[in-house]
Amino acid sequence: MRIGVPGEIHDGEMRVATTPEVATQLQKLGFAVSVEAGAGAGSNFGDEAFRAAGVTIVTDTRALWAESDIILKVRPPAHHPRLGVDEVDLLHDGQVLVSFLWPAQRPDLLKQLADKGVTTLAMDSVPRISRAQKMDALSSMANIAGYRAVIEAAEHFGRFFTGQITAAGRIPPAKVLVIGAGVAGLAAIGTARSLGAIVRAFDTRPEVKEQVESMDGEFLMLDFKEEGAGVGGYAKVMSPEFIKAEMALFAAQAKDVDIIITTALIPGKPAPKLITADMVRSMRAGSVVVDLAAEQGGNCELTVPGEVVKRDGVTLIGYTDLPSRLATQSSQLYATNLRHLLTDMCPKKDGVLVVDFADEVVRGATVVKGHEVTWPPPPPKLSATPAAKPAASAPAKTAGHAAPPKSSAASTAIALVIAAGALLGLGAVAPPEFMPHFTVFVLAVFVGYMVVWNVTPALHTPLMSVTNAISSIIIIGGLMQISSPDPVVMWIAAVTVALTSINIAGGFAVTRRMLEMFRK
Amino acid sequence: MIPAGIVVVSYIGAAILFILALGGLSGQESARRGNYYGITGMIVALLATMFGIVTANHALLLGGLVVGSAIGLLLARRVQMTQMPELVASLHSLVGLAAVLVGYANFLGHSAIFASPAARTIHDIETYLGVLIGAVTLSGSVIAFGKLRGSIGGKPLTLPARHWLNLALLLVVIWFGRAFVIESAAGGGLVPLFVMTAVALLLGVHMVMAIGGADMPVVVSMLNSYSGWAASATGFMLNNDLLIVTGALVGSSGAILSFIMCKAMNRKFLSVIAGGFGTGDGAASAPGAEAQQGETTAIDATEAAALLKDAKDVVIVPGYGMAVAQAQHVVYEITKVLRERGVKVRFAIHPVAGRMPGHMNVLLAEAKVPYDIVFEMDEINEDFPDVDVSVVIGANDIVNPSAEDEPNSPIAGMPVLQVWKGKTTIVLKRGMATGYAGVENPLFFRENTRMLFGDAKKSLDGVLKALREA
Repeated sequence: MRIGVPGEIHDGEMRVATTPEVATQLQKLGFAVSVEAGAGAGSNFGDEAFRAAGVTIVTDTRALWAESDIILKVRPPAHHPRLGVDEVDLLHDGQVLVSFLWPAQRPDLLKQLADKGVTTLAMDSVPRISRAQKMDALSSMANIAGYRAVIEAAEHFGRFFTGQITAAGRIPPAKVLVIGAGVAGLAAIGTARSLGAIVRAFDTRPEVKEQVESMDGEFLMLDFKEEGAGVGGYAKVMSPEFIKAEMALFAAQAKDVDIIITTALIPGKPAPKLITADMVRSMRAGSVVVDLAAEQGGNCELTVPGEVVKRDGVTLIGYTDLPSRLATQSSQLYATNLRHLLTDMCPKKDGVLVVDFADEVVRGATVVKGHEVTWPPPPPKLSATPAAKPAASAPAKTAGHAAPPKSSAASTAIALVIAAGALLGLGAVAPPEFMPHFTVFVLAVFVGYMVVWNVTPALHTPLMSVTNAISSIIIIGGLMQISSPDPVVMWIAAVTVALTSINIAGGFAVTRRMLEMFRK
Repeated sequence: MIPAGIVVVSYIGAAILFILALGGLSGQESARRGNYYGITGMIVALLATMFGIVTANHALLLGGLVVGSAIGLLLARRVQMTQMPELVASLHSLVGLAAVLVGYANFLGHSAIFASPAARTIHDIETYLGVLIGAVTLSGSVIAFGKLRGSIGGKPLTLPARHWLNLALLLVVIWFGRAFVIESAAGGGLVPLFVMTAVALLLGVHMVMAIGGADMPVVVSMLNSYSGWAASATGFMLNNDLLIVTGALVGSSGAILSFIMCKAMNRKFLSVIAGGFGTGDGAASAPGAEAQQGETTAIDATEAAALLKDAKDVVIVPGYGMAVAQAQHVVYEITKVLRERGVKVRFAIHPVAGRMPGHMNVLLAEAKVPYDIVFEMDEINEDFPDVDVSVVIGANDIVNPSAEDEPNSPIAGMPVLQVWKGKTTIVLKRGMATGYAGVENPLFFRENTRMLFGDAKKSLDGVLKALREA
């Protein structure tokens, strides 16, 4: 099958859906690859580089769309300014389209594609399960966006990020608040930290605290209990009380921090408004707000999507094309995500794409199959973050934690009762001459228990060999019998003595040999 | 002949010296002294017995001692450190055999005169128990030896209804115990004793056959414990407190080791003994667990060397694969080169790495790795986030993240070395086979994991060469 990669037409979009490197690998899967002339220019992949990778360069856009069986794109199909037609109209029955699509926002587009009979896979609908991580284009793009958000903030923030103490005085470090600790948020935390800023982060899902802290950020806790994890590792809509508490926290933070980076998104819903105009006003002059949710309406009331505006001395960055601003690498990652998806869908490596709905990943990503809209998919079975279990499991979990000590205490008690009973029974029937030995035995077991727990684990092997040697004290049994007049007993005893001496000499000698080797 | 009081005092001294010997093992420095305490204790006990109890056949006694000791010393000198588990298992079998022999000799000698019928019954039960534990230890150790050597396959033998079989064998043993006590009171009893010995041998064989290769550390320490109990039972039989004390010391030591090993594998002792774990066929993926597939990133020795060279903090995680490949010496050479370059190198030892408790420590010590850079799992696990490169050599299950993230995994809950939290992990492996537990290891598919395929020794030789050239 032939894969066609047209150039992106969205204004300012620099990415491209394949790179020469990925194209080579796609050809290994049996596909033929065509790329529209100049498609990679924005991301620094020249036509020559594509040609060198065995890609056919097509100058006629219409021909490229017409002749390809699979179209790989970054942005959803839109009106083509140069040709004056909608890209959907360039598609024909039986083709496969793979791109970002945002099916929730574009039911009309899904219908158009289904009418045309174009099987469509939306890269933003790849389920978030661990097997699909390598094709999770949202995460790869979010990672880049998070990094770029900090860089953009640095550009508009007229100060150092890192604190310094110079001869000319002290420069305090910048304080950054990151709202939403998803992939983008974590990338932003890491980037801001490595520039030297003090980074705080907030997320409705308490289980991300550890991840924030692993990036060296400070996790802001709300004194409020509510599970914020929705299905599939995303956040969900919170209760009004929670939102109130959250807004109070943001208002307090806004007065203190220099930079706010918001990344809060809820799938299929407009972005929640978290930073009000009042909060922006309360920020120090020169502060920066980067709104990564600008495309979905913005987390900040004052954000203008796609633009940088200044309000009350605060710069509001609403770029919606942050990944495109690092076009080479975002193209590379996106193209690799696509390749992984195609690899999974082409199990025989014969260049034939199989849309197998038994594969959870393919099922989730496919939004149109033939003439049928197949979105939304059934919910994914597993969440990407194992900790993010449904809230219902929480009480069960605590109950489960409480139970074992109880039952183990009970079983300890039962064991003690049984042991006491057995000892009493033994004491009742055993003759008096037995008891002194038994006393010695029990005490020795306890002494052994105490002593052996102190043995360092590194010396467990020598412990075994030395106990081996001393357990051969059984030789005394042989010695006690060797003087027997009965020749059978005498010879058995002699053999015992010989066997146990092997053990004694061998055990002590090998222990010594081992211990000699332990050197500082 | 020396007076009986002196003999008793000598036995007390020997018992104390044995306790000191075990106590000395709490640290590397005191351990050597401890070993000498043990030797002294043994000599004291032997001399006291020879001069206080033995009345005849001194030549035979000395002959046995000399021959046995010569063999023992030879074994101790010849054995390779990688074969320590085999040696220990074979030594256990000797203790078991000795317990059986002493039991028989004692029974045949009929030396003791009994104050009451109850005393006789107790004595008979002691004899019976001593022989029983001895026989189980004997046959179990022989099988363990075979498994460790590889002459018997590591796969667990899972007979149908094997738990019932064990139970049946145990009932047979109890039944014949009753018969033995009754017949012994009437002057006979040899036949039930023989039958029981045979059954006990069978029991030992079956028990160890059913246990998979992964559980060998538990088996070895369990047999260690049994050999102690066998000595203790013999002590009861002979009314000898020194045997009782020493046996109890050894028995509890082995039991504690088994407990530690079980905890390190998150297994119940009973389920280990019941066997059947560690099928090793690699197909046993947990039901409901996501099929872990994906791509591994393979590298060559030069790239591995480059990673190590640029690292500041390196942790090496050795497993049984290192012992098999005899790679510990190269590992230390690499450690030396890296340390000379100012790289911090440490070793992380999982309690069940290798085939017996503490096996890896001994191997590293043999390769002259200083013991103060060798750390236990609990000591080092928290440091992994700061580690630049972790090198996993021939280990699998002990670094498997699904023990923590995959509740359905057969090894779920087992404490593991969290190498994946470090910046990069290099895994040396022969191929993509699963570990003993037959569980896929998602570590290999992680983004920050690099696979260095091939024989560990050869790969590491390559790394060392590349490091020296660089």
